[in-house]
Amino acid sequence: MKNTPPETTPFFARDRDMHPPAYTPWYKTTVLRSPQRALISFEGTISEITGPVFGHSIINEFDNDLLANYAKPGEGPIGERILVHGRALDERGIGIGGALVEFWQANAGGRYRHKKETYLAPLDPNFGGFGRTITDENGFYWFKTVRPGAYPWPNGVNDWRPAHIHFSVFGHGFAQRLITQMYFEGDPMIWKCPIVKTIPDEEAIKRLIAPLDMNATIPHDMRAYKFDIVLRGRRSTLFENRMEGN
Amino acid sequence: MVQPLGYLKETASQTAGPYVHIGCTPNFTGIHGVYETDLGSGSMINDQTRGERITIRGHVYDGAGTALKDALIEIWQADAEGLYNSPSEIRGKADPNFFGWARCPGDMATGEFVFETIKPGRVPFRDGRLMAPHVNFWIVARGINIGLNTRMYFSDEEAANGEDPILSRIEHRVRVPTLIGKREGDTVTFDIHLQGDNETIFFDV
Ligand SMILES: [Fe+3]
Repeated sequence: MKNTPPETTPFFARDRDMHPPAYTPWYKTTVLRSPQRALISFEGTISEITGPVFGHSIINEFDNDLLANYAKPGEGPIGERILVHGRALDERGIGIGGALVEFWQANAGGRYRHKKETYLAPLDPNFGGFGRTITDENGFYWFKTVRPGAYPWPNGVNDWRPAHIHFSVFGHGFAQRLITQMYFEGDPMIWKCPIVKTIPDEEAIKRLIAPLDMNATIPHDMRAYKFDIVLRGRRSTLFENRMEGN
Repeated sequence: MVQPLGYLKETASQTAGPYVHIGCTPNFTGIHGVYETDLGSGSMINDQTRGERITIRGHVYDGAGTALKDALIEIWQADAEGLYNSPSEIRGKADPNFFGWARCPGDMATGEFVFETIKPGRVPFRDGRLMAPHVNFWIVARGINIGLNTRMYFSDEEAANGEDPILSRIEHRVRVPTLIGKREGDTVTFDIHLQGDNETIFFDV
């Protein structure tokens, strides 16, 4: 991480208008799992603005290579080989170094490696479907994988998830914690998906769609998609006030 | 026209889905050999950790009173002296034997989550008043569109709870008990209700 002083200011208020609301009945599972009462808001205290540091030592050599981290020696998963790369930034545009980025996905046929998964597409014996990395000092990250397949899911009678990769991101404060999903440029399934449609803001959806990035492809090996992740920004130290007792 | 402010927008949240455990706790799902252990799993304490040992247990219930079997719960707390193990903690150096963060998937059969930890010390509110001891929770699962933030306070801290700046500003006093973990011996039980009469207070922080 860069040798800058740690930041101790609260995060900007979350723009809840572009995040999905809790209750979105077309995504049926939300009906019984959505809090009905208003959230109680307060500016972050030290409990929210602090967070743990995950050192690079937790990361193994192949954790960001899904082509290799589960494959038998000399073998590899079936599917289109891709590189996913991007940057973790905050709302001020500042790169977030040392962010823990975890990702998981279905295999090329749209099947997850999970006991409860019942889709008839086959498991790939050489694909685990998950990995992790820590961003460099400027917030950059990358990993290699196969492009996941679309899959049907029990919601409506014919609902399909577009091809997607799940992301869990841990920035510098516990209140920056975010889980999201990355979609792929050009996929017509994106705009049919009930889970995508939980997001009320079209521009916010577009920011989840990773463009094909031909400049980052590895020639004769894999194409690349670029996915930047923006976490909440922090207030300026200059104008930090001390709230009076209430 | 005015100058653009130039801020980026936070990436929108999407549900963690039913398979969050593949990515965050693969060993728990039976996928071994990639990560040695699941990040944030196991006891949060060792022999040298300072503080009073406690076990936090609970369930996450949906609006029908059914315990979620697929939730993932993360907690973040101060050490016994009330210091966070974080670079943004500038009041002092936290206990090096206490990381302060952990992650627990609900049990596949019962949905129960368990954290072996210590009771945190008090930390200051923004105006310097002390907050009562509390543990910060973050809950994700299939059907939860954006991670839910809440706090667990302690039933054996009545005086501190009574002067806590967050608890005391809650208008509907009848809801305050949803934030209080019930302590019996070394066990603190904290059930989270996503809906219903006992809907837990969730925070926008
Ligand atoms: Fe998925």
